[in-house]
Amino acid sequence: MRYLPKSQSERQEMLDAVGAKSIEALFETIPAKYRLREALKLPGPLSEMEIIDYFKARAEETSRGYTSFLGAGVYQHVRSVVTDALVQRGEFLTSYTPYQAEISQGTLQAIFEFQTLMAQLTGQEVANASMYDGSTALTESVLMAERLTQRHRVLVARTVHPEYRQVLATYAKHLGIEVEEFGFTASGQIDLASIRADALAESAAVVVQSPNFFGVLEALGPVAEAAHAQGALLINCITEPLSLGVVRPPEAADIVALEAQSFGVPSSYGGPYVGVIATRDKFVRQMPGRLAGETTDAAGRRGFCLTLATREQHIRREKATSNICTNEALYALVVTIHLCLLGKEGLRELAAQNLAKARFAQEAMKAIPGVTLPFSGKIFNEFVVEFPRPMKHINERLLAEKIIGPLALDRYYPEQNNRGLLCVTEVTPRAEIERLAAAIRKIVAA
Amino acid sequence: MKDKSARAETEAPGIKKAGRHVSQNEGLIFEKSVTGKRGIEFPPLDVPALDPATALGAEFARGGVEGFPEVSEIEVIRHFTRLSTWNYAIDLGMYPLGSCTMKYNPRVNEFVARLEGLATEHPLQPDKVSQGCLRILHDLQKCLLEITGMDAASLEPVAGAQGELTGLLLIRAYLESKGNARRKILIPDSAHGTNPASVIIAGYEVENIKSNARGQIDIENFRQFVTEDVAALMITNPSTIGVYEENIAEIAEILHSRGALLYMDGANMNALAGITRPGDFGVDVMHLNLHKTFSTPHGGGGPGAGPVMVKKILEPFLPVPVVTEKNGEFALDFNRPKSIGRVRAYCGNFGVLLRALAYTLAYGPGIRQATEDAVLNANYIRKHLEDVYDLPYNLPSMHEVVFSDARQKRHGVNTMDIAKRLIDYGFHPYTTAFPLIVSGALMIEPTESESKEECDLFIEAMRSIAAEAETNPELVKTAPHATRVGRLDEVAAARKPILRWKPRQHLDSTPHKVTATAVPTA
Amino acid sequence: MYPADFRYTKDHEWIQVSGSTGTVGITDYAQHALGDVVFVQLPQTGAKLKAGAVLGTVESVKAVSEVFSPVSGEVTEVNSDLTDAPEKINQDPHRSAWLVKLKIENPKDVAALMDAKAYQEYVAEKEKEQTA
Repeated sequence: MRYLPKSQSERQEMLDAVGAKSIEALFETIPAKYRLREALKLPGPLSEMEIIDYFKARAEETSRGYTSFLGAGVYQHVRSVVTDALVQRGEFLTSYTPYQAEISQGTLQAIFEFQTLMAQLTGQEVANASMYDGSTALTESVLMAERLTQRHRVLVARTVHPEYRQVLATYAKHLGIEVEEFGFTASGQIDLASIRADALAESAAVVVQSPNFFGVLEALGPVAEAAHAQGALLINCITEPLSLGVVRPPEAADIVALEAQSFGVPSSYGGPYVGVIATRDKFVRQMPGRLAGETTDAAGRRGFCLTLATREQHIRREKATSNICTNEALYALVVTIHLCLLGKEGLRELAAQNLAKARFAQEAMKAIPGVTLPFSGKIFNEFVVEFPRPMKHINERLLAEKIIGPLALDRYYPEQNNRGLLCVTEVTPRAEIERLAAAIRKIVAA
Repeated sequence: MKDKSARAETEAPGIKKAGRHVSQNEGLIFEKSVTGKRGIEFPPLDVPALDPATALGAEFARGGVEGFPEVSEIEVIRHFTRLSTWNYAIDLGMYPLGSCTMKYNPRVNEFVARLEGLATEHPLQPDKVSQGCLRILHDLQKCLLEITGMDAASLEPVAGAQGELTGLLLIRAYLESKGNARRKILIPDSAHGTNPASVIIAGYEVENIKSNARGQIDIENFRQFVTEDVAALMITNPSTIGVYEENIAEIAEILHSRGALLYMDGANMNALAGITRPGDFGVDVMHLNLHKTFSTPHGGGGPGAGPVMVKKILEPFLPVPVVTEKNGEFALDFNRPKSIGRVRAYCGNFGVLLRALAYTLAYGPGIRQATEDAVLNANYIRKHLEDVYDLPYNLPSMHEVVFSDARQKRHGVNTMDIAKRLIDYGFHPYTTAFPLIVSGALMIEPTESESKEECDLFIEAMRSIAAEAETNPELVKTAPHATRVGRLDEVAAARKPILRWKPRQHLDSTPHKVTATAVPTA
Repeated sequence: MYPADFRYTKDHEWIQVSGSTGTVGITDYAQHALGDVVFVQLPQTGAKLKAGAVLGTVESVKAVSEVFSPVSGEVTEVNSDLTDAPEKINQDPHRSAWLVKLKIENPKDVAALMDAKAYQEYVAEKEKEQTA
């Protein structure tokens, strides 16, 4: 087997050295009746070429040749071959968590740069070295707010990504955290007036998302003020961080839970992605997740090490602030490299392109008789469209035209069954937006 | 001066594996930034441009991002390439971190994960255009079930710790359906720190049980622990001292007879794959760490994947969605009324899962050979080091061996010192100070990826350090000597944390508008 | 080493009583066992603590240690100097690095604690266990 660096005679030599009669003898502590007598029924072994063939065949059974207008927390954006070449360096790819700082300075410095970029982007003072993804980052943010306020209730906007809310519900259930949801207005923004002051006074935090699940930007100032007046925190969730290239950062929020997939991470059918928590300095000791900090060695040379480790599970065990062990270091590195390539100008230009494309797509949709845009709020690169027919009808026909149409909202909001969430980015060609509009025009008219 | 002599000693005669690697002075990317540079360009916009300030209005528009770097493509390449040279990696040599299973990460896995049609797929696209992805998930599920002897799986958990939580929530849901969720989870004192942390998040209490003098669960004592309050035992097998839990089947029986379940942390599955199956010896629910046993790259600390495998009785409770197959058509099933819900958005770390499948396909039934080689390597190293390092538990080792620093401590040298000195010999340290049941532990897991030659070099290095600990303890205690930076001041880092770079001119003024909160810091 | 006018707990806290007020800290043995202290978390003034309840935590780089209240009482003062200079706990554990002052609820609580001599013996026993 090509991955195993031993010849049969070396194996024998090593067995002799160990003093074992056979390889079987090394497994004698396992009762004989539980030792397998037959080979496992697994496909393979396959050579490298066969493995590639298998996966290429699978890649033929997906959406190649289709144009997609899906966003909803996962976005198709430009990626550079530079990023991919760098992260495939074995020194990054095949190293472990940087506990041995002296031989992990590469990873540690990159994490420190990642933390800096995330803090700059979100307008917060400090960011962690990443979490599993946006949904778990949001959940961990709520647990963090609970620890900070010692309150066990949280108010969550229905405009927060529905799957994120589902993850929060799973975690909250057994921790005794009560999750209460509140609605939205005709603008597609949160209905601040529907939050009662007495509910706020008992809540650890108000959770909103901007741009929200409908693509609409939320005004954070007023909700922060309302929350703070009652001693609650404001958590802002961000699933499309590219928006921060042109949109004001969530400075009013106390905790920001962000999904950074937009920055160079492939959509890869759901993961791996990169979650991040950013917050104020004064809350850092209640923030979960690894942190790299700057320090020096005995000779005064600058170096980086993991720090504030006492927050973590391997020390606190049952008193840990979170059970998260893995961060997503390799993808945090992807994000770091991607953002360094973009730089200040590139980030802004890319975000501006998204804004322009989305406006173009909005105009194209509005021009179709019977099609409307139900929400009036400002958007970044996705928006809700209302059709005169059910989404299922529209999307089945679009799929026949090799178009993956807007995400049917009734999947999460049963009452919105004629509405779809449409996303366009810099990689959606104008011609495809026009093709989508023409196809919808035909379907709606038929 | 000190550095010079240390170097001479590092390159001691007879030590084949020693040397310094190239180091570069490389600052932070922010320190290289010069206004007006960029590392990427885009195709021109093909729709009418829109001024963000006008489009968004004063309420939402932002200027630039303060402090963001401005560098060219070549500078980005050099910066990160230089940083990479400061890392140790499996690709450079043996990485014997116990409990972490740092095995070779096959390159073909990286290639197939990047294929167009796989890397490019959106998790919310219709099943009709996701058949390839779904089939990959389904095929992997089948393989993992065969290897573990379990009945059903969820590939959604994205890490071992999340797998643990999912498994515990499944136990809770099952017991609740029987009328009583119970209160406690039993955990041996040798367990990973994530175990108790996960238990708390699942709403259970932890009850620690002491290992006996042989590092095993004491069966008689254990019987007393399993009361009506106990929901499950959470056990790592082989345990964290690398020893198979001899009475595991009996332990399972005791639990089952009292209506409790057996959870197995599959962190050490690299000792079992192809040899024995947890499903056969009584395990009800377990998770696997695909970034350990199934070779997906650790990438400096993630991502991973922690799929959960269960017996039939727990299947109705699996997280949504579940991958199903009917007449060759694959689908994601969301309609599962008894499900514990979601533990993560979308359907898990697909990119990690497909790498694990590529690994499994490469071996097929031959995965047994990998397990055998891993166990052989651990025993070979044990045999050659047991006369110089103390072995606190002498039951037969599986895939890893745990020594203690008891002998070296007499010379003031502890496990961390030995670990740091190992760096000078060209190796990554083993795991130090874990498991907690061994004082001053040296936890060594070579994996199957090491050749006899590499094992011999490691043994030589470890023996040489044992000798140094006696003759020149200072040399060991001040190691490493051959790295870019020496031991770092972790105390200073923790007392006054510097967690980000800041532009110099802004050091004194805060650029953020911080609203005062009436919140007490807990 | 261990001041004669203090009383001590098995968890290595000390208390010095003056009237109805008790000053609480951790012992030299405890600071040694912890290593370099990097962070201290203390209760808020006014907090009411039962004897044996968690009073705060003291952290080193790799360990977190809970500090327990030696007696029942109400927190009247906390040593906020420690927030900026946690290293004081290593330098001067029995004097300037006191943690909190308590209004003692029941003086009998104090009498139940070890005196300096008993604590000295207790610590010596601990040290012997560790080298064994």
